[in-house]
Amino acid sequence: MTKQLEKKHHLAVRWLHWVNFPLLAMMIWSGLLIYWANAIYSIRVFGYELFHFFPSWFYDALGIPFRLADGLLLHFFFMWLFAANGLAYIVYLIVSGEWRSIAPVPGSFKRAALVSLHDLHVIKKLPPQGKYNDAQRIAYTGVIFLGAASIVTGLAIYKPLQLAWLTWILGGYEWARWEHFWLMILFVLFFVVHVLQVALAGWSNFRSIITGYEAVKVEDNLPESVSPEGAKI
Amino acid sequence: MNGDSDIDSEVLLEKVREIEAAKRRDEPLDKENTASILREKRDLSEPVSDDEASKIMSRRSRRSFLIGGAAAVAGYLGYGWLRQPDNSYLYERMFRFNENVSQVFFESSDLAPEFSPELAGARVNGAIGLSEGFNADAWRLQVTGLSDPQQFPQYSDGISFAGKDGAPGSMDSPPAPNNSVPGLLFSLDEIKSLPQTEMTTELKCIEGWSIICNWTGVRFSDFAAQFFPVLQGNRAPKLQSLPENLSKYVSLITPDRGYYVGWDMQSILHPQTLLAYEMNGAPLKPEHGAPLRLVSTTKYGIKQIKRIGRIEFTDERPADYWAEQGYDWYSGH
Repeated sequence: MTKQLEKKHHLAVRWLHWVNFPLLAMMIWSGLLIYWANAIYSIRVFGYELFHFFPSWFYDALGIPFRLADGLLLHFFFMWLFAANGLAYIVYLIVSGEWRSIAPVPGSFKRAALVSLHDLHVIKKLPPQGKYNDAQRIAYTGVIFLGAASIVTGLAIYKPLQLAWLTWILGGYEWARWEHFWLMILFVLFFVVHVLQVALAGWSNFRSIITGYEAVKVEDNLPESVSPEGAKI
Repeated sequence: MNGDSDIDSEVLLEKVREIEAAKRRDEPLDKENTASILREKRDLSEPVSDDEASKIMSRRSRRSFLIGGAAAVAGYLGYGWLRQPDNSYLYERMFRFNENVSQVFFESSDLAPEFSPELAGARVNGAIGLSEGFNADAWRLQVTGLSDPQQFPQYSDGISFAGKDGAPGSMDSPPAPNNSVPGLLFSLDEIKSLPQTEMTTELKCIEGWSIICNWTGVRFSDFAAQFFPVLQGNRAPKLQSLPENLSKYVSLITPDRGYYVGWDMQSILHPQTLLAYEMNGAPLKPEHGAPLRLVSTTKYGIKQIKRIGRIEFTDERPADYWAEQGYDWYSGH
């Protein structure tokens, strides 16, 4: 049996990924410290409140109450690093051409549904894929838009006078805050699914975001067009 | 001849269509492969034996995990260092940096949206500086820090906080504890006689809520234009374009000196910054800051001081109640 070592993650991607992890955590954490001061969002069905963001045990367990000033200074400190890191990632994707590995393509949504069915053990066969499957393509591109939208909605709340036009486009100050909040929830959902999938994919896959490489079986035939010989560009 | 060539090109076109159609027929198989559509590249080594592969991988793992672990530890320690009380000046520096960035984009011509007065509401929040025993009838607005106050009819050579206008000052930290300074004294009627401005705007609290209120008062810029030092050539200063010889900051303090805010000149001269004496069509209530309060679309509610006792022009960045509690001094939009 022979293997091939696939270089999956460039050094830049590994650093940007792992720097982003604590930065995103910090933005969410400091955001919660801020949100606590006016914790008004909930999930309602026909006027009945199913879940309020957040129950008091949640705040108490995390030591969130009465830390608005702390939250604001952390949020407005780390926002620069979070934005810079995200921007660097986008620039890297464009310059390196690696956006080709993560951009959704025609049929991605259909095949992403098949991938999901496969992952839920409903069907056996995975649709053909490149480095990432179509569900990953949608998720990894989507999360870039999540970050961008978080920055845009954040700016609309941060500077609603200077960026009044932006706040207006987003439906006004209060809607922009609501959007900013739900983008955070989506980030958390992404995180949960991401961690779960990584855990299920196993050690070899996880190690590749640290070392950059993964050993793949040669008989795991890659589609010809993406094998080294097939890669003409 | 013409006819023939027409037929020829028809045939040719037909052929091309056929070839294209055939291509499309062959494509679906390829299209199912997401990687090929965008011509994604992958980077694979020459095949190696299993043993060799795991040897290479453990060498790389060791290296990467060591570097990664060191980076994680460094990040953790760095954050711990950043959170030390001694280093809180770093946040303040960041706030200043954010403020400077913000001021690059600040245009006094940028206006916040106005709303229909029917949407106006009220919410009471914050009573710091509104101590008991305040005598609204005896209240006068004090203005100090002017270069040449004697030229104005409102001049008084002995203005103090502990005077007839309210409870004596009890705090040490607020600015201007000096007992008696020269300045100007305005009655509420004098302020009401100045050009009146009404606006229905959204007051934004730093806590994250907002409320639409209708305000009537005098623009701070209109008020200040009455007594700012006249510029060269006796021309009235065009305040909103910030003549260089204006002081940089304004300090506003409640009569009891219990609450005090600092404003940068640019924001306080914004056309939507008012000295307000009416709210939602009625005289200001005590809990909303009677007799005179500041309202603005340029900063959070914490900066919109109620019951103004003194306005002081200064070149030093003034003390600010909530900035001392760790909030952004600028707290601007």
